[in-house]
Amino acid sequence: MAAPTSTYKDRQFLAVIGDEDSVTGLLLAGIGHVTQPPDAQKNFLVVDAKTENSTIEAAFDRFVNERKDIAILLINQHIAERIRHRVDTYTAAFPALLEIPSKDHPYDPEKDSVLKRVRRLFGE
Amino acid sequence: MSGSGAREAVFPTRQSLGLMKSKLKGAQTGHDLLKRKSEALTKRFREITRRIDEAKRKMGRVMQIAAFSLAEVTYAVGGDIGYQIQESAKSARFRIRTKQENVSGVFLPQFESYTTEGNNDFGLTGLGKGGQQVQKCRETYARAVETLVELASLQTAFVILDEVIKVVNRRVNAIEHVIIPRTENTIKYINSELDELDREEFYRLKKVSGKKQRDAAAGEKEREDARAAADEKENIGAEAADTQDLLGDKDNEDVIF
Repeated sequence: MAAPTSTYKDRQFLAVIGDEDSVTGLLLAGIGHVTQPPDAQKNFLVVDAKTENSTIEAAFDRFVNERKDIAILLINQHIAERIRHRVDTYTAAFPALLEIPSKDHPYDPEKDSVLKRVRRLFGE
Repeated sequence: MSGSGAREAVFPTRQSLGLMKSKLKGAQTGHDLLKRKSEALTKRFREITRRIDEAKRKMGRVMQIAAFSLAEVTYAVGGDIGYQIQESAKSARFRIRTKQENVSGVFLPQFESYTTEGNNDFGLTGLGKGGQQVQKCRETYARAVETLVELASLQTAFVILDEVIKVVNRRVNAIEHVIIPRTENTIKYINSELDELDREEFYRLKKVSGKKQRDAAAGEKEREDARAAADEKENIGAEAADTQDLLGDKDNEDVIF
């Protein structure tokens, strides 16, 4: 029943999709990682007002489905809001998807996909 | 009729009756065990959801503090450092390790953060001014990320437990509402069939013994008749035999010396 070890053994990085401030702060904490040159892939994406939704979705897909070394994906809540259908339909255990507040957008538990599930389960 | 309802396709024999009985017993034991497992998991699940709720609130506070310390950095450095930092990020200093925790046979992964020593991508950030603020900001964010990691492992446990509880409950219900009634039905069916066979057998035996009796009576009567006839015949024979030669060689002339 439990997921086999191979699905999360090699997962050791965090990934971020967020606005500039959030990404900067998290990179300062030292989560930033760029893979070896041939196909240098960053594990973070800076989103601003000009970023297309398709870019965000592509990055989300890459972090969730393609990269096998990411354990936790952090995403700003207001950005998750832009690709809400993708976030809500994501139910896999790995990588864990975490919605985080940003500087300009305080945290709203009402919108969190996991808390929504919690509330649905307990029928509140 | 007891044969109604779903039952398994077995021949109604004593052997399969024994099999079904042990199967029923196994199903009941399994049902009890699974039910207990489901309860243990649900208890754990509720605890985790409570902790997720708390952790989410804590995350809100921690991220706020972290954002504030980043603002301090921006102020102290006197410009935006975002670009510089994004370009100088090369290798993750802050990494995740996964451990496993066993809750009634379910393995829940737990993330654990650790920092690799030695590589520092941001050695030059804030060199000119604001180095202290940068340092402070890094520490604050590191703490924030630790909170996030904790929350992520709770959330993963939540997702996995949710799935496992669903599976276990489905199995409990399947045993309770499908397997046990079906096995009981099968046992009833076998019992009724066996009873039926017993009755049939009894009836047949009765029939056979009745026929035998009748046959015996008939035979007796026949023998009786035969004997009576024989007696009669004998009587007649005996009368005739009085004058006959004892040796039965009446053709021979008596030899007289």
